[in-house]
Amino acid sequence: MTANDDNSALARPRRSFRDVDLRAVAPFAALILLLIVGALVNPSFIGLNNLENVATRSAFIAIIAVGATFVISSGDLDLSVGSMVAFVASLMILFMNSGAIANPALMLVAAALLAVGVGALCGLANGLITTLGRIEPFIVTLGTMGIFRGLTTWLSQGGAITLRQPELQAMYRPVYFGSFLGVPIPIIVIFVVAAIAAFVLYRTRYGRHVVAVGSSRDVARYSGIHVNRVRTIAFVIQGLCVAIAVLLYVPRLGSTSATTGILWELQAITAVVVGGTALKGGSGRIWGSICGAFILELVGNIMLLSNFISEYLIGTIQGSIIIIAMLVQRSLVRKS
Amino acid sequence: MKSADPAGADVVLSARRISKSFSGVQVLFSVDFELRRGEVHALMGENGAGKSTLVKILSGFEQPTSGEILLDGAPVKLPANGAAEALGIVIIHQEFNLAEHLTVAESLFLGREVTRFGVLDRRFMRAETRRVLDMLGSEVDENALIGSLAVADKQMVEIAKAISRDARVVIMDEPTAVLSREETRVLFDQVRKLRAAGTSFIFVSHKLDEVMELTDRVTVLRDGQWVKTARTEVLDGESIAQLMVGRELSSLYPAKHEPDIDENILLSVRSVSTGFVKEASFEIRRGEIIGFSGLIGSGRTELMEAVVGLRPRLSGHVAVRGQELPSGDVHAAIRAGLAYMTKDRKQKGLLLGEGMTANLTLQSLARHSRRGYLDPASEAAAMDRARRRFDIRVRDNAVAVGRMSGGNQQKLLLAKVMETEPQIIIIDEPTRGIDVGTKQQIYHFISALAREGRAIVVVSSEMPEVIGLCTRVAVMREGRIAGILEGSEINEHEIMRYAAGLKSKAA
Repeated sequence: MTANDDNSALARPRRSFRDVDLRAVAPFAALILLLIVGALVNPSFIGLNNLENVATRSAFIAIIAVGATFVISSGDLDLSVGSMVAFVASLMILFMNSGAIANPALMLVAAALLAVGVGALCGLANGLITTLGRIEPFIVTLGTMGIFRGLTTWLSQGGAITLRQPELQAMYRPVYFGSFLGVPIPIIVIFVVAAIAAFVLYRTRYGRHVVAVGSSRDVARYSGIHVNRVRTIAFVIQGLCVAIAVLLYVPRLGSTSATTGILWELQAITAVVVGGTALKGGSGRIWGSICGAFILELVGNIMLLSNFISEYLIGTIQGSIIIIAMLVQRSLVRKS
Repeated sequence: MKSADPAGADVVLSARRISKSFSGVQVLFSVDFELRRGEVHALMGENGAGKSTLVKILSGFEQPTSGEILLDGAPVKLPANGAAEALGIVIIHQEFNLAEHLTVAESLFLGREVTRFGVLDRRFMRAETRRVLDMLGSEVDENALIGSLAVADKQMVEIAKAISRDARVVIMDEPTAVLSREETRVLFDQVRKLRAAGTSFIFVSHKLDEVMELTDRVTVLRDGQWVKTARTEVLDGESIAQLMVGRELSSLYPAKHEPDIDENILLSVRSVSTGFVKEASFEIRRGEIIGFSGLIGSGRTELMEAVVGLRPRLSGHVAVRGQELPSGDVHAAIRAGLAYMTKDRKQKGLLLGEGMTANLTLQSLARHSRRGYLDPASEAAAMDRARRRFDIRVRDNAVAVGRMSGGNQQKLLLAKVMETEPQIIIIDEPTRGIDVGTKQQIYHFISALAREGRAIVVVSSEMPEVIGLCTRVAVMREGRIAGILEGSEINEHEIMRYAAGLKSKAA
């Protein structure tokens, strides 16, 4: 160890602190910036009511993005989440319409369990095909995206699937529209899901393994980590998160169709990237993903309130955001 | 170097006082080299002597830190990334530089396609390819896909590519490593023919017999220094080997401790074969350090990965304390107390973007789990212990591992492996790319671990290392253990003879 080494050690911490901070803080800074822009565009934007609404509506994407954070952190990608939402929701409504269980409360619980089970199985399928088949996750989930979408269209025969039992509807509605201690339930769900996910990702062996697998498959393998198992479980977590999003989605409209969840994969992945998770794997930021989902919904909200840009351009804006977010991430990495 | 050569005007390419450092580590020290028109010049030296670096500098893939390159007597700055081909300097890499999905003709003209009116003149390119291949006496079909060719044919295509670019200097890095005897003969015939036509060759090889057979002059490097340039006919295999290794061991190494002959055998490997490794057997006792020497590509790492279950073995047995280990199951090996420390710390050993603690405990997280969640305090305590035990010197615990020095990374990797508390540790290249002070520390760690009653396998391409540390040395050659040396047999000369195929004995 020479003097030279000591010098560089001195210079190192400062540099590393700066870039770690930048990447973690950037999404929240962007969120604040958006709030200011929104307030300037339309004073009613900054009202608690509007913001609560925005947060509630971001719930689906936020929860799916939590799952996507696991998949992306482990170095994979899941494009099938939007179709999976439609598929799981359709099965859930069809089951509730079947009247297999007379007691509405029991029926609701059974339907929820079914949704969670189907979501987990869909994720398991993605994971197993990717790892055992040794196929790029991009291709696998592109395929299952078509499969889930097609199955939904077939189940609905091209039309809509609507929850018919009024009693069930009434009982289920509060899950989306209700609130607890004044806080809308979807917002509570977002924070509970994110808190659990953050705990798993940052404080368990599994979470550590996810990050290791995502930053280097080889290092993970040479460290005796079951790489394929870790990756598959990440896909299952993604499936579970999709199912939770479905549990919130169904009471909102009580109906699904072949167009349910279209482009949600774009939004979920955008939220994750905006949140600071590296798309090439290795660093997961759960709270960043939540922040990313808020940002996306806020942008849509500002567009609605502003009249500057047609709301029909929302997909265009979201597509641009993911590209810009990637460019920003790249430039932050390059600085370090 | 030799005084003013009468044929000095005929020097095509020369290097004057070339030095090269990589991130502070000097690998070439003021090396001189000259290549005459129409000669085959062998460049020899141990692994790490600086041959590859010199060759890369001579072909423009690396720029020297100091010194100059002369082409036809005039100083030049060789353009980077293979652009030196335009000057007639072509390097044929050990790993081929061919795109598998192109045809032979397409490969030959890659980057300088011939066009007529803007359209590829494929007929001309095919005919030209055929002409060059015929000249080389090669039967390779010019329309065949590169991916479908045998390794020797790919080598031939590389040579054809060099010729078709009117190369005046062809640098071949271990060209015969992948060739059969017959293919080698054909290659040598071509080299002789081209030499007669005035092409110059730099021939990097470990094979003494081939060097004696083919080359006109030999330059030997040792530890990045020029040692000797001489006409091949005044040398013989023995004297070249002597030149390559002649150096004495310093006090870098701790005293050796021979284990008792009746100590328990901790690891026994019997007739293990993989794709490349054949019938490898050895065993190691408690407290012993055994070395694995051999040339790069002799199958040492592949054997060790098969032993610890990182790759499946086709046949053979591995037993820890008499307990058989299943094939290809690294978890069983870890449970049995057998650990492997990779030589590739950046790609396979450490997560460069993470901090030290996450790396240290990655393999042993179960120790820090309490009812399913990780206990940061317990991890931090482990980190503190490791820092003290292995003297890891970092100002800031949170620094990303990728920013640490090679020596500290290597110590951290050793600490990580030791966290699983293994009884048998296979260390692949324990000191690759680290400074000499840290090397000495690591040698002492290894020695201490053995004295504590562990069994240690040291795989190393640095001969002094295995000689200085080990009481027995296995030498591998072409996937086989050519011999296991003991006592006074353990010297560079003897190891080199086994490694180069001049000698072998049944293990």
